[in-house]
Amino acid sequence: MKNLFKEFFKGIGSENPTFRLVLGLCPTLAVSTSVINGMGMGIAATFVLIGSNIIISLVRKFIPDQIRIPCFIVIIATFVTIVELMMKAYAPELSKALGIFVPLIVVNCIVLGRAEAFACKQGVFSSLLDALGMGIGFTLALLLIASIREILGSGTLFGLLIIKGFEPVLYLVLAPGALLVIGLLIGGINFLSKRRSAA
Amino acid sequence: MNKLTVSPSPHIKSGQTTKKIMWTVVISLIPSGIAGVYIYGISSLNVIILSILSCIFTEALFLKFRNRDPKTVLDGSAILTGLLLAYNLPPQIPFWIPIAGGVVSVILGKQIFGGLGQNIFNPALVGRAFLQISWPVYMTTWKNPRWWPDAISSATPLAKETAAHFTYMDLFLGNRAGSIGEVCVIALVIGALFLLAKKIISLHIPLSFIGTLGIITWIFGKEGFFKGDFIFNILAGGIILGAFFMATDYVTSPLTKKGKIIFGIGCGILTAVIRLRGSYPEGVCYSILFMNAAVPVIDRFTKTKKYGVVKKAI
Amino acid sequence: MDLTMFLSIIIGAIFINNFILSKFLGLCSFIGISKETKPALYMGISVTFVTTCASIITWAIYNFILVPCHIEYLRTISFILVIASFVQFVEMVIKKFSRALYRTLGIYLPLITVNCAVFGVAVLNSEMFFKPGINMLTSFTLSALQGFCVGLGYILVMLFMSGIRERLELCDIPPSFKNAPIAFIIASLMSMAFMGFSGFRF
Repeated sequence: MKNLFKEFFKGIGSENPTFRLVLGLCPTLAVSTSVINGMGMGIAATFVLIGSNIIISLVRKFIPDQIRIPCFIVIIATFVTIVELMMKAYAPELSKALGIFVPLIVVNCIVLGRAEAFACKQGVFSSLLDALGMGIGFTLALLLIASIREILGSGTLFGLLIIKGFEPVLYLVLAPGALLVIGLLIGGINFLSKRRSAA
Repeated sequence: MNKLTVSPSPHIKSGQTTKKIMWTVVISLIPSGIAGVYIYGISSLNVIILSILSCIFTEALFLKFRNRDPKTVLDGSAILTGLLLAYNLPPQIPFWIPIAGGVVSVILGKQIFGGLGQNIFNPALVGRAFLQISWPVYMTTWKNPRWWPDAISSATPLAKETAAHFTYMDLFLGNRAGSIGEVCVIALVIGALFLLAKKIISLHIPLSFIGTLGIITWIFGKEGFFKGDFIFNILAGGIILGAFFMATDYVTSPLTKKGKIIFGIGCGILTAVIRLRGSYPEGVCYSILFMNAAVPVIDRFTKTKKYGVVKKAI
Repeated sequence: MDLTMFLSIIIGAIFINNFILSKFLGLCSFIGISKETKPALYMGISVTFVTTCASIITWAIYNFILVPCHIEYLRTISFILVIASFVQFVEMVIKKFSRALYRTLGIYLPLITVNCAVFGVAVLNSEMFFKPGINMLTSFTLSALQGFCVGLGYILVMLFMSGIRERLELCDIPPSFKNAPIAFIIASLMSMAFMGFSGFRF
């Protein structure tokens, strides 16, 4: 039981895909201009992660080793297509805002990375937990970056004005701001963890 | 300084020399500052002071935080950064803009790379571009000279609709709206001559920069070829300030003469392209930043040959 | 299909909408392989080759298979499969014909399969040019051109970045900011410099 907890929590903390493993950055940076977009992307990616991890873990014994990567890609792409079509049907605005970054979940290194590193070796239940943990970790990281960018960059949160009389730092909403925020966050986390290990 | 630029990097300069160079550049910038304060009134002095103080404070805090010798604050580089930043700002601007600019310049432009001599981009321009992108409205609200009837104007001569009203003499003396330190060309030229006489800067970058800009705006400046007003394009905007005082920064410009000329031509082309075709009226800041990023590559391809070393392919 | 259109795609793909700096595609390889100039350059050349070919191949797949069969919704699956197999194929060909080239480029090719830039340019082409109003020849030319220019933009930024990072080796960067964080900050400043081109009029 303790092991299962570990599978779940490592994705959120010690092996956080964004801050620790520095994976899957393209969508993280591109869609984090507002918290709503970030949340949409996080949920979509988590769905793909869970789906692909479960299926891959189920069929892992039938996949020949040499062609495992193409097989993984087909499975992942299937789930991405499902998400793409669902989003177009039920959340057309979000789908428009996320644009080409929805199909791009296919090449998100986190998804393929978990399939290769975890799901193809482990049982269904622990793969599910791994996917859930990684997905939540990814979503939280996205929410963190998105809320920093949205609050400071446009003075709003979830589209609501929260600070009056504040002149938003437009830089942060634009492309260079995303790179700056992620750079400072990773640097800051390094700094804190170094200090903790030193103390 | 030509003596120093011959050898490949990294240069390790003694504190004394760096300090002396920095202060000489600061002195050379004073005439232009006086002109700016005279033309736009006391508000520009406030901007200059706030910007310098912000840079010094930020630098001191950062050095203290990293347990470095806080005396390096006085090497003049923070003051120079603050001064150049202020010269790139409109004379009447909310007080927090130069402060924010100073913080960004010093931290993102310089200290995060390890401080003076190790930065990739010109710190003052990093701050200026950050401000321009973050608060475009404030950064493009210009003030007219004190003696003009209407105080606030919205455009510098580079904006297409106002270009016709200025004579070359107006532009040369600074009788126009613009950033604090860029308007008075004659004051800038005096400062530049002082730096040239002291051998702090060489002419390679400024001449190739200004020359390229002149040629391109002459050829493509107006409908039809060879009809553009290149004198106007050189006198208006921030190119004199940029070419003599910012593009020539040792740390962020190439080491060899050939490299410097390539750097200057690149800046000139980019500035002309942005002015003629971009959405920003002025491109000096972005083009210098862009070429700053290219400096290591330029240095790599123009490196002086070392004796006894077989030349390697890239 | 006139000169302005070409120019807008060339300048757009290299400077204004540079894939790395403004769309964040290919960022993993950009941060990972930009420590030295030589590998960065080789990676850039491989990426350019693959983006150009992938643009052409996905154009063919979309227009000759997906559209006639009315299965456009399979775009994502078919594109990624084609790109992955194409990269594998190139790797095999290079291995067969030139050991020397394989040794220099070999390690980069597998990385390109999951490089978002390649897949991204295919999807972007399909959204921009594969539309009813645009005839086949135009969409082919523009896709191939966009694929190639995206690669050029990638090379340009890789070259700048690797040059800068080589120089940073000797710098006294705060320890927590070494490697990835400083690379992101430099990328941010470069992205800022590239913003000078925004709003370009052709």
